Amino acid sequence: MKYVTEFRDSKAARALSEAIRRTVRRPWTVMEVCGGQTHAIVRFGLDALFPPDLTLVHGPGCPVCVTPVGLIDQAIHLASLPGVVFCSFGDMLRVPGSARDLFAAKAAGGDVRVVYSPLDALALAQAHPDRQVICFAVGFETTAPAFAAAVVQARRLGVKNFSLLVAHVLVPPAIGAILNAPGNRVQGFLAAGHVCTVMGCEEYDELVRRHRVPIVVTGFEPLDILEGVLLLVRQLEAGRAEVENQYARSVRRQGNPEAQAILREVFEPAPRAWRGIGEIPQSGLRLRHAYAEFDAVERFRGDVALVGEGGVEDAECRSGLVLQGLLKPPDCPAFGNRCTPERPLGAPMVSSEGACAAYFRYRRRTDSLQEVRHGE
Amino acid sequence: MCLAVPGRVLHIEEGPLLTATVSFGGVTKDVSLVLVPEATVGDYVIVHVGFAISKLDEQAAQRSLEAFAALSELGEPEESAP
Amino acid sequence: MASEGTPAVSCPLPLASGDHVLLAHGGGGRLMQKLIGDVFLPAFANPLLAKLHDGAVFPVEAGRLAFTTDSYVVQPLFFPGGDIGSLAVYGTVNDLAMCGAKPLYLSVGFILEEGFSLELLQRIVDSMAEAAHKTQVQLVTGDTKVVDRGKGDGLFINTAGIGVVPPGVIVGPHRVQAGDRILLSGDLGAHGLAVLSMREGLRFGGGIESDAAPLHSVVAELLHSGVDVHCLRDLTRGGLASALNEIASTAKVGMTIEEQPILIQEPVRGACEILGLDPLYVANEGRFVAFVPSAQAETALAVLRRHAVSHNASAIGTVMGSNEPLVVLRTLLGTNRIVDLLSGDQLPRIC
Ligand code: SF4
Repeated sequence: MKYVTEFRDSKAARALSEAIRRTVRRPWTVMEVCGGQTHAIVRFGLDALFPPDLTLVHGPGCPVCVTPVGLIDQAIHLASLPGVVFCSFGDMLRVPGSARDLFAAKAAGGDVRVVYSPLDALALAQAHPDRQVICFAVGFETTAPAFAAAVVQARRLGVKNFSLLVAHVLVPPAIGAILNAPGNRVQGFLAAGHVCTVMGCEEYDELVRRHRVPIVVTGFEPLDILEGVLLLVRQLEAGRAEVENQYARSVRRQGNPEAQAILREVFEPAPRAWRGIGEIPQSGLRLRHAYAEFDAVERFRGDVALVGEGGVEDAECRSGLVLQGLLKPPDCPAFGNRCTPERPLGAPMVSSEGACAAYFRYRRRTDSLQEVRHGE
Repeated sequence: MCLAVPGRVLHIEEGPLLTATVSFGGVTKDVSLVLVPEATVGDYVIVHVGFAISKLDEQAAQRSLEAFAALSELGEPEESAP
Repeated sequence: MASEGTPAVSCPLPLASGDHVLLAHGGGGRLMQKLIGDVFLPAFANPLLAKLHDGAVFPVEAGRLAFTTDSYVVQPLFFPGGDIGSLAVYGTVNDLAMCGAKPLYLSVGFILEEGFSLELLQRIVDSMAEAAHKTQVQLVTGDTKVVDRGKGDGLFINTAGIGVVPPGVIVGPHRVQAGDRILLSGDLGAHGLAVLSMREGLRFGGGIESDAAPLHSVVAELLHSGVDVHCLRDLTRGGLASALNEIASTAKVGMTIEEQPILIQEPVRGACEILGLDPLYVANEGRFVAFVPSAQAETALAVLRRHAVSHNASAIGTVMGSNEPLVVLRTLLGTNRIVDLLSGDQLPRIC
């Protein structure tokens, strides 16, 4: 595939890896904010290309992982209502709520469907005018404009049986929260290239100014991530703190104005709880008053009220610390025994790029592999 | 987060959603160009959940690849993989 | 491969179109007799079935039999490159082939949902008959049940199969040993994505066709070629990754495989990228791996490449000494990644 394959070239990867090794002189801890980057790191085994002095922490950048339990409980409740078709991206179905996940709701008779796009959910609403189609609007700034466009289109077409359960979250407030956390170890960030494709780089200037951390806006292919890390350690070693754009083929400084406009037209910032972390001010989105008719929480007010907002997070789960880079998954007492990908206690064990699952699946075994090799 | 993949615009339909047929290595999907109205047939766009979120800057991509190539050239003689 | 062409209605219909399966079609009375007489018997015609006895009685050669069963619930019933009918025949034929057996007889059980179109049933039955003909197996006994509307998903098929294992042939995970080469018969992922491409909400175009195909003849030739085949496994649910992990843990061996020789068609790769799927875990219906002694790998590959279903065969890896039953993939970047079992089905992801 053009513009994919070229960015997976092994020769260039080795050259970048060497350049990183040559650059790093002191130990550094950096975070890739985005779950998509975590996924690529795991899938391509990129961590083997970094020098031992460089620690990469998997950040909270998986919108699936950070969706609070209370919202998942609401989703499960709505999905179980008769006459409702509940649409979601695939990776959301396995995330545990207080007691069950959406798969369990489906097994119990709920009509739960996996969609690829918000427009697929809208099409379902048009195809089933007698049903209420609710779509779980999960995702960061990258995904919110797509849901906004679907809502605008629904209004244009007069589709009355379409609504969103909004769980959108915003990245910069989360980075701010990590930097403000006592004991923060993260010294630099790879920012998510697709979030910045939509929002641009300016929000990150503010973070750099305030916290003096380097931030490199980075793409998702192996060479992107390696180059992003290289730019980041160059800044760190030189004592610089700037916003740099590695992913110039997609990210413009000002972002995508059309996407920002429709996002602002439909959504407004709101306080939002992050799973395991707690509430972060102005870190989420909600539908503006003018679009309240598309808000599933409004439309099903009575039903949602039954569920409440609390939601019980598993007391043992340390996902908050893990997502902030303050705890390595294996150091969680539940890791690998009471909490496994088959029976996850917390969201980071669910999605394949969740920090705990990635550790469970690869690192745990890789460590034992390496021990074997070293012993040879 | 935000799985998004570059694909090539094959065809654009007029209409409020600016629906385009986009090819990803031969597989085609309907993609809305409302967020990237400037994209035209032949352009590469980066697609996330059924929407193009940017037009891929082919020159910038080329510059990146050239930089990587230069780095590999100047890199050390073939050595065993890490 | 059973190519249905476009699923348009152009063939002469033996049953009035618009006819539907009724509960009585499974009731054992006249309607059921009619269904058997009009649909099943003509399609599957063979002397054993024609006896319409409670079961099929046939002679066996001395030696060993292989016996297997599988149920087919695929949705949609018709997908690019195949349908549930041909799949139900090839799947069971392939399971027998993977035991080293020559497939002989199949049974078929239909579970029909009340209201299912008889015309579609006819098409599926015809496709089964064609697949049976191609693979030279006979459908010798069968059963039909009808469930209430809403209690089934249109139609489910179970097939069981019996085959004979030629003398001297012993294939199974227990024979896999350190040093074995792992041969892969062709490109991965086409079946899984052909089926996904038809799903409401995920639909995409571009003509990915299922790889569904019978594997018995290439396997028979491989076994006759003098190659001491240690193990065979078709790469259905869970794909290559799951198959290798299962064998690794049964045989208590490790494996290393290379990403580079694993073929994936460009459109399959594209579809996997947009949906966030890993092709190593996607289902195939006409692909398998063979474990052979490394000295015979080239001979085996030459045999595989002579057959259309496996002309893209390649050696993808090696069985390692038994440390931990780990499957390690050497990526295109030269790094190692552990290829583990998934907890469940792969789900399309956004992140
Ligand atoms: S291992 Fe499980 S319980 Fe521990 S932090 Fe991770 S998800 Fe939570």
